[in-house]
Amino acid sequence: MTMARGAMARRVLSRLGGMIVVLALLVTVVFVIVRVTPGDPAAVMLGPDATQADIDQLRAQLGLDQPMLVQYFLYLGQLLHGDLGQSIFLNQPVLSALADRAEPTFFLTIFSILIATIIGVPVGIIAAYKRGTLFDQAVVVAAMLSASIPSFWLGLLLIQWFSVQMGWFPTSGYGGPYAGFFDRIQHLVLPAVSLGIVNSALIVRFTRASMLDVLQEDYVRTARSKGMSEFRAVMRHAFKNALIPIVTVIGLTLALLISGAVVTETVFGLPGVGSLVVSAVLRRDYPVIQGALLVVAAIYVLINFLIDMLYVVIDPRVRY
Amino acid sequence: MLRTGDAMSAAVMTKAGAPLAEDDPDIILAVDGLETHFGRPPRVAKAVDDVTFRVRAGETVAVVGESGSGKSVASLSIMQLLARGGRIAGGSIRFRQRSGTMIALDKLSQKEMRKIRGAEIAMIFQEPMTSLNPLMTIGDQIAEMTMLHEPIGRTKALEHARQMLELVEIPAAGNRLGDYPHQLSGGMRQRVMIALALACKPRLLIADEPTTALDVTIQKQILRLLERLQAEMGMSMLFITHNLGVVAEIAHEVVVMYAGRVVEQAPMRELFRKPRHPYTLGLLHATPNPARDLAPSAGGEPAVRRRLTPIPGNVPSTTELPDGCSFAPRCPLRIDACEARKPPLVKVDPDHASRCIRHEELS
Repeated sequence: MTMARGAMARRVLSRLGGMIVVLALLVTVVFVIVRVTPGDPAAVMLGPDATQADIDQLRAQLGLDQPMLVQYFLYLGQLLHGDLGQSIFLNQPVLSALADRAEPTFFLTIFSILIATIIGVPVGIIAAYKRGTLFDQAVVVAAMLSASIPSFWLGLLLIQWFSVQMGWFPTSGYGGPYAGFFDRIQHLVLPAVSLGIVNSALIVRFTRASMLDVLQEDYVRTARSKGMSEFRAVMRHAFKNALIPIVTVIGLTLALLISGAVVTETVFGLPGVGSLVVSAVLRRDYPVIQGALLVVAAIYVLINFLIDMLYVVIDPRVRY
Repeated sequence: MLRTGDAMSAAVMTKAGAPLAEDDPDIILAVDGLETHFGRPPRVAKAVDDVTFRVRAGETVAVVGESGSGKSVASLSIMQLLARGGRIAGGSIRFRQRSGTMIALDKLSQKEMRKIRGAEIAMIFQEPMTSLNPLMTIGDQIAEMTMLHEPIGRTKALEHARQMLELVEIPAAGNRLGDYPHQLSGGMRQRVMIALALACKPRLLIADEPTTALDVTIQKQILRLLERLQAEMGMSMLFITHNLGVVAEIAHEVVVMYAGRVVEQAPMRELFRKPRHPYTLGLLHATPNPARDLAPSAGGEPAVRRRLTPIPGNVPSTTELPDGCSFAPRCPLRIDACEARKPPLVKVDPDHASRCIRHEELS
């Protein structure tokens, strides 16, 4: 056991080290890309009528006249103090701007991944178990179709049917600043369903493929030879062994959802992080773009780290 | 169970007289005219074609054959654990339960069959590396077996698992319960498989090539262990193997299969002394035997290495079996009559049967 614990500590430390390297690289790349993209926040801010002198003055005020390298190290210094900087347009710190917009994005992501998993995993298991049947073939085709449907298009269809025609759900928005919890949840149903369905396709395919592999393993035959029910043999002996790829794809889908919510938030008029980023990009609000990308990327890296740690929980062989 | 094609029904082998299986309390398993097919017409593979044999209480029956001979499919048919696309197309499999009543396994529902599997008929497999669930401790895997068939809690089941590990001679059994399969060697894993299979004291153990994947020295240990446990528990064993050396070590009775059919059947010593089918003879000549092959020749000359004689050709595909004897294309004794129609399994001695029309010339 001590050997296992040592190996475990090494594993955690090496993954944490890797995370820091990835984040450092990311900060740099984002910084460069944002500044290489044409467009000047000072010019956008002051409008088309501004004189060059006004623009130069504002640039100096924002520190944009400094050499790139100086700006970069100033930014790094800020980050080390946990400061993502000040939004150029919103008149508030980037961190608090993000925090204000976090709730809809957070719930949207969680609901979407729940829907995608609740659809994807059982359908994938049943399709693999009934390999080659009509059900299986239908699942394969449906998964291919829904993976190629853009979620915003599905979102528009859902709004058309369930909001406009049936009137069951609101068409847009998040219910205003004073809306109750239930009201807000109701605003999230359709966006979560459209993201969930589209993203379930990948989970279905991974679950099915992974189960197909595992179902023909010798230990599943051993399980059956012990006289247990098919359900127990499939779930306890096969599914558990198929979990690693499934957990991986769910984690990656979750990470993608956080970054991919942008378009869906726009379609459904949700005031989330996605729409914040879109407006920041349009206005060249560098600190907001950088901060949002950094936070999303950090979450992405964190999810990957958690998946990696989950492997250890699932498979004892990883511990050694 | 006899099929209309077997015109010589009087001479046809139905060892110990098939209808008597119910009367003879000694018979644990009676397989009669078993046919197991894979696939749909027109491409049906007759993996098992008219196989008949008996297993008696406390006896080890070895089923011998090359890969593709249908020996594994026959054993999986008994367990009703055929892979996808496989089905029992004919014949019967009858098994005597602990209660003494004979039941037809091939007529049972899956639910009824689950009560037999593990509890009355258990199975061990060829690959100890892959036959155990890598994510469960060996203690839990053995305990699961007991808990499935007996009203017993996990603590007691684990204690029983520890006793089973001791029974299969795993050192420090108590400390091993929490181990995962990857922490054990191949031989140890096969011992765990045996402990698992025997946890509910089955009446019949089906061992499908249990030593094939192991080192020769470990093979011996596992065979000795199986022999000892069989004697102690009084169970019967159906031992599937392609290795005649293993047969000589463990079997009482031998069934030789070729291309889905039984070609010869005899008590072990009788089969080795007086093989009455050219395929068995071929197998014997293709089996290394250092004592014989390197022995000094009659004149006391220095040892001359005797070469093994391979059987020419390959086992035919079970979708394209010849009309007549399926071994005819590879047989040194082949005559035209061999290919005219399927030869019947005939008694050449009271307890010896051969599916060769020229068996007399081999005696």
